[in-house]
Amino acid sequence: MADTITLAVARYRPEEESEPTFQDFDVPFRKDWAILDALNYVKDRVDGSLSFRWSCRMGVCGSCGMMVNGEPTLTCAAFLSSYVPGPIKVEPLRFFPIIRDLVVDITQFMAKLKTVKPWLVRGEEKPLTEGEYLQTPEELDSYKHHSMCINCLLCYAACPVVGLEPGFIGPAAIALAQRYNLDSRDQGSAERLSALSGDEGMWQCTFVGECTEVCPKDVDPAGAIQQYKLTGATHWLKSVLLPWGAK
Amino acid sequence: MSHEERVHYTLYHPKWYRRPVSVWWWLERWPYTRFVLRELTSIAVGFFALLTLWQLRALHGGEAAYQRFLTQVESPAFIALSVFFLGGILFHALTWFHLAPKAVVVRLAGRRVPDGLIVLSNYVGWIAVSAMVVWILMSE
Amino acid sequence: MDVLSHDVLIVGGGGAGLRAAIAIAESDPKLSLAVVSKVYPMRSHTVSAEGGAAAVIKSDDSLDAHAYDTISGADWLCDQDAVEVFVEEAPEEMLQLEHWGCPWSRLPDGKVAVRPFGGMKTERTWFAADKTGFHMLHTLFQTTLKYAPIQRYDEFFVTKLLVEEGRCQGVVAIELGTGKIVTILAKSIILCTGGCGKVFAFTTNANIKNGDGMALAYRAGVPLKDMEFVQYHPTGLPFTGILITEASRSEGGWLLNKDGYRYLQDYDLGTPQPHPVLRSMELGPRDRLSQAFVKEQEKGRTLEGPYGNYVHLDIRHLGEKKIDKKLPFVRELCRKYVGLDPVNEMIPVRPVAHYMMGGVHTDIHGATPLPGLFAAGEVACVSINGANRLGSNSLTELLVFGARAGKAAAGFAAENRGKNADAAVQAQAQDEERRLHEEFLNKTGGKERIAELRDEMQKTMEESAGIYRNGPDLGKGAEAMRGLQGRFQDVALEDRSHTFNTELTAALELSYMLDVAEAIVHSAKARTESRGSHQRTDHPERDDEKFLSHTLVYQAPNDAPRIEYLPVTITRWPPGKRVYGK
Repeated sequence: MADTITLAVARYRPEEESEPTFQDFDVPFRKDWAILDALNYVKDRVDGSLSFRWSCRMGVCGSCGMMVNGEPTLTCAAFLSSYVPGPIKVEPLRFFPIIRDLVVDITQFMAKLKTVKPWLVRGEEKPLTEGEYLQTPEELDSYKHHSMCINCLLCYAACPVVGLEPGFIGPAAIALAQRYNLDSRDQGSAERLSALSGDEGMWQCTFVGECTEVCPKDVDPAGAIQQYKLTGATHWLKSVLLPWGAK
Repeated sequence: MSHEERVHYTLYHPKWYRRPVSVWWWLERWPYTRFVLRELTSIAVGFFALLTLWQLRALHGGEAAYQRFLTQVESPAFIALSVFFLGGILFHALTWFHLAPKAVVVRLAGRRVPDGLIVLSNYVGWIAVSAMVVWILMSE
Repeated sequence: MDVLSHDVLIVGGGGAGLRAAIAIAESDPKLSLAVVSKVYPMRSHTVSAEGGAAAVIKSDDSLDAHAYDTISGADWLCDQDAVEVFVEEAPEEMLQLEHWGCPWSRLPDGKVAVRPFGGMKTERTWFAADKTGFHMLHTLFQTTLKYAPIQRYDEFFVTKLLVEEGRCQGVVAIELGTGKIVTILAKSIILCTGGCGKVFAFTTNANIKNGDGMALAYRAGVPLKDMEFVQYHPTGLPFTGILITEASRSEGGWLLNKDGYRYLQDYDLGTPQPHPVLRSMELGPRDRLSQAFVKEQEKGRTLEGPYGNYVHLDIRHLGEKKIDKKLPFVRELCRKYVGLDPVNEMIPVRPVAHYMMGGVHTDIHGATPLPGLFAAGEVACVSINGANRLGSNSLTELLVFGARAGKAAAGFAAENRGKNADAAVQAQAQDEERRLHEEFLNKTGGKERIAELRDEMQKTMEESAGIYRNGPDLGKGAEAMRGLQGRFQDVALEDRSHTFNTELTAALELSYMLDVAEAIVHSAKARTESRGSHQRTDHPERDDEKFLSHTLVYQAPNDAPRIEYLPVTITRWPPGKRVYGK
């Protein structure tokens, strides 16, 4: 087995160039190195000007998402050994504007997140002195997987609708809305529905399904969106057939 | 002002690089190509719907009209076309069977019914209905 | 230079920072409030906490019991008035988080479930599977989105605290996306920047834990307290240092040496039972477990690996069902990073640096001695953790003291509403901008690589200020830190860009770490006793006569830091012996 492997890394220095270019780096091949370790090797020992985001290195903070050989990947959880013999192409997350090298801008996502009201909405708050809202393990189970989203945005990089319609609220945000809709303690479904039935909401989704395929945390945003569509459609039907009773 | 509001050049930041999305985006990855093919199978569905309407019209038109219909439908060219679109409609049906568990979550006795079971129930239903159709057609 | 202004500014967007923000938005929605963080809030290190957060909830538990466990766990070095306030406010804070939607694991009847945890006599650790910190952080972050007054400066790197007229009046920060240096003025500032695990070579901590807030306060003349108390978590993965939660032990895991022997029984931690026994064996306090490992290593009973010695954590007997229900993240981490399935194989573990009991000196309201400056969370030392923290107390600490500091800072800002920053503050900010340009951005030459200096610092700290320390090694460590600080002046930067310059931030983080490392080593050298997680082979006994006090360390530019002592506050629990396993 070779003792080095090549990384072809996308570079973009806005003050110097108008387009991204690729730069090759030969890094040591270590069996237990993740792509992130290889990138850090480059930054620490070869070229200190390579910029990328990372933090926890254990797949829970969501910082290090990048395109590796064209696939949205968490670089701290992808190992060099899966990519031999290389070269390994490393690019910034697709469908996001590139700020610098492997760093993309996610401010649009942060704004989209806010529009779906991703917090527990209660018509009536129970005072703390009365203790917790009861929730059985089965009720917790029904939304648990949707709550595991680390906001790594790999799903946005995999969704062609995000690429073609930049205003689309997107998989992670809708999955988070559904997480709260399904939470037995929440009473905000109606409020969220108006944001998500709109032009940039769930109906933009054409069920390509790649968001779920690339999700490293099994959040299943595709499932969340399709189920939400069912709720949305039922709600619309009810409001048309029973306009006096519907809420 | 929040960061989003402060950064008033968010959408039009001159220095950010926006990679263009090609009109051939769906050829870049096999899952995308598969998706577009799946969507295109709606043409196959349309074909069989139109075929059925044509058949009904022919039936309504009387014995001679129906014979003309049968001759056209039994021509090799048409059979080839039908087989092609049959492939499409099978692809359509099977992909949707496999996507069904995503859209519908069934809970029995407090546990989620596994995806495989939902897919299987689609196949079972399909075979059952097909068997019934065959039985109806055969018992002539 | 852009000058922004708020009433309260929170530096750091993790659990403590976000909780403080909510507390301020609720107590006084008219205050102009902002959270500035060098990363997006959901990337904060709170996200990696796994095990749980402690608060009294069971009917057979009591506030006094929680307090006693905490105080004895801390080897009596914590301030008991702070602990009393902590245990009292904990249950309400945890319930509040539940009301905000945190998906706590439940009992079949729908009530919140609690699990046993190290050093605690009763089960009181609330948990969300084994990703408690993740769920807490995301719940807090998502909740902050509903408060309009909470503004955020995401990816702004704070480089200096502005102190004028004896008050903290603002910060200077770099907007990472553009490289622009801005001044953010505020009537009160809360530091919530977390700990400094990256000062050590092997740590559970993320890359962003560089002691930013500690160094900022230290440079502003605020003392750091109890810096010598560094917690080594007994079960981290070798090489990566990734945390394997204490919950794996509280659910019944065993620590076995190379002979398959549950070695903790040799270290006054009880006798092995088939099921976990509270405050005994694998459920002992973290400092004792880490120390036991070192002793086993000295006896040659640990296994040797390519990344150092290790022992085995065995959870196979828990069964796949229990592991998938209570420890799914542990299973995922082992499969991914060690290539084994803990259902069938034992997990290699070793102690790794994990938590700083020490930090910026605050009172029980989160106020530092510098008016206008507050601190909460791991960056602060109140102190409730003393010489050793019990697992699951720190997540609760974020909530209790985040809220307290928030309210105190809001009060201070309201009182000082009329006082505006004068030209002197602006001048300081401009000086800082000049410094950043001269010493970093426009600097040419330099022959030291950031990574090399950082590696040396980490290695030296691991060797001289590890689990067991002694005078001479600490002295060498102090000298080494001095040397590294000198060499840092000659650091070379390749990245000249202003746009998202992470080499610049790495250099600034290294400078913070060198300051914090100096504080740790000198504090450790001055404490000639052994207590909790600070063990001196040359002074192996606890010395309550001389050292029932907190170490305060003050920066002295161009000289060794100044050390003072502050007596610990004792209310109802006079110092006693720490007894486990009985």
